[in-house]
Amino acid sequence: MELYRLTIHELRDLIQKGEVSPVEVVQNFLVRIGQVEDRIQAYNTLTSRTALAFAKNFEDMQVRKEEVPPLAGIPLAIKDSICTKGVATTCSSKILENYIPPYNATVMNRLNAAGCVMLGKTNMDEFAMGSSTENSAFKKTKNPWNLDCVPGGSSGGSAAAVAADTCAGALGTDTGGSIRQPGGFCGIAALKPTYGRVSRFGLVAFASSLDQIGPITKDVRDAAILLRVIAGHDPLDSTSANIPVPDYEAALTGDIRRFRIGIPSEYFIPGMDPEVEAAIYEAIRVLEGLGAVQEKVALPHTEYAIAAYYLVATAEASSNLGRYDGVKYGYRTARSEHLIDMYMRTRGEGFGPEVKRRIMLGTYALSAGYYDAYYLKALKARTLIRQDFTEAFKRCNIIVTPTSPTPPFKFGEKMDDPLQMYLEDIFTISANLAGVPGISVNCGFTKSGLPIGLQMIGKPFDEETILKVAHAYERATGCHKQRPRL
Amino acid sequence: MGRLARLELTEAEKERMTLQLDSILGYIDQLNQLDTSKVEPTTTVISMVSVMREDEVRPSLKQEEALANAPDREDVFFRVPRIIGE
Repeated sequence: MELYRLTIHELRDLIQKGEVSPVEVVQNFLVRIGQVEDRIQAYNTLTSRTALAFAKNFEDMQVRKEEVPPLAGIPLAIKDSICTKGVATTCSSKILENYIPPYNATVMNRLNAAGCVMLGKTNMDEFAMGSSTENSAFKKTKNPWNLDCVPGGSSGGSAAAVAADTCAGALGTDTGGSIRQPGGFCGIAALKPTYGRVSRFGLVAFASSLDQIGPITKDVRDAAILLRVIAGHDPLDSTSANIPVPDYEAALTGDIRRFRIGIPSEYFIPGMDPEVEAAIYEAIRVLEGLGAVQEKVALPHTEYAIAAYYLVATAEASSNLGRYDGVKYGYRTARSEHLIDMYMRTRGEGFGPEVKRRIMLGTYALSAGYYDAYYLKALKARTLIRQDFTEAFKRCNIIVTPTSPTPPFKFGEKMDDPLQMYLEDIFTISANLAGVPGISVNCGFTKSGLPIGLQMIGKPFDEETILKVAHAYERATGCHKQRPRL
Repeated sequence: MGRLARLELTEAEKERMTLQLDSILGYIDQLNQLDTSKVEPTTTVISMVSVMREDEVRPSLKQEEALANAPDREDVFFRVPRIIGE
C-alpha cells in the first residue's frame, strides 16, 4: 500500500520502528500531491522544501540512534488562517494575500515540538466565512468524492486534502461548523474541541467567543492523537482553559456499553434529506448494537440558533476585522488622499462580498439604537441554547445528530441566496454557541456516492467520550476506510 | 452604515447588499418570539474572568519583524495618507 494512504498512527508506528524513513514518507506525499492536487486545489501554498529538510533532519537523528519526537516526520496540512512564521497566511483573502506572519500560532509550536512537518497551507472560505469554500478569493477546492461538488467550508481545503490523501492529517478551524461540516462532506473524521480547550493564539480571529482550532483526520484515533498535541492551557490566550489534557488515545477502549445516546427531535425535521435521515437512524442502530441506549432529549431553542449566531458572530467579526486597514500589513489601496478614504477603499477593494455582508450585518447589530434589539437579544438567546445542552446532558452522555441537513451540494447551488447557505450550518452551530465539543465521522454514502456525516456532541471538556463513541462506531462499520477514486 | 464599517461599496454592491441584508434581518426577526425578559446575556462560555499576569516586560517582536509587512514605511514608521485637514 502506498504510504500516502496510511493514517497518522500507522505512519507513526513505521517511522518510530525505523521501518520507513521520514524522508520517504514526505516524498511519497509530495508525489501524491503531484498526482491529484491539480484537480483538487486544496492548497494555497506548498512548503515542500522545508518539509523535506525537517524530515531529513529526523532521518539523520535516527541514523545517529537519537530519539526522535513521537510524531517525527508526520506530514500535515494547515488551514490558511493559522499563523505560520515565515510562511504566507492569507485567510484566502486579497487583503492578506502577501501577509507573512513574524510568529507562529501556539498550535504550530506544539505540532513542531511533536515532530510534525507542514506540507502547506490550505484553502478556505475568506476569513472563515462560509460553508463551501466557494468564498475563497483565490481558488475553488473540489470535493474529492465528486469534483462537481463542494468540499464544504470553511475548512474545505483541509478536509479535501485529508480525503484525497495529500496529507496525513490537517488542522481546521470551527466557528459555526467549519471543521465538522467539511469533515462530513468529505467523509472523514473532524473534531471541534470545547471552547477554551485549544489555544487561539495565532489564529486569525473571526468570532472570538466561538472560534476553535481542531484536527481533521482519516480516522478517530488520528484526531485523538493530534488533539492531545495541540490542546492545553496557553498563557498567551487568556480564554484557554487551565485544565489538564487527558490521554485521548487511551480513551479509545471500544467499550460503550450503557452509554446514553441523546437523540434531539429538533434535529430530525420534516423536509430533511431522506438519505441523510436513513443513514443517521442506521448509525443509531449500530450504536445500540454496541450496547448504547437511546434517550430522547429536547433542545427546544434549536430553531433560534442560526439567527443568534448570525448576530453574535457577525458582531464579533465586524470588530475583529476592523484591524484590516492597510496601515501596518496587508493590502492597501493604490489611490487615496486622506486616511479615512484609505480605510474605506482598502477594505472595499480587499474584502470579498460575503465578508463585507457580514461586517455590515455585525456593524448594524451593534450600532446605537439597534444594540438591544439585535445583539443583546442574541446573547440572551445564546444563554437559552446553552441551558438546553446543560439540561439534555443530565440525561445522556452524548448527543447524536446528522452533521448537515444535506449531502454535499454542487458548486454555485447556494451562492445566490446567502440565507440558503447559512441554513447549511443548522446542526453544527448550536455547539459553538454553547461552547461544547463535537465530532463528525462518516456514516455512509448517498446513492450517488456522496459522503454523509454523523455528528456526536459532548459535554464541556469531555472530548474523551465523543472520541470513544466515534471510535467504537468506526470500528464496527469500517466507514472510514473508503477512499475516493482519483 | 458603510461609513461606520469603513467599507466603500459600489452602487451595485449597495443595491444587492440592501436586498440581501433585508432578507437576512427578516429571518433574524424570529428572535423576537423568544421571551428573554428573565434571561441574562452570555458573553463568554468560559468560567474565567479577568485573567491577569504580572506587569513584567517580556520578549516581543523585534522592530524589523513588526515593520516587515508594511505597505509603506519610512524609517521606523508606518506611513499613511494625511490624517488631519482638508
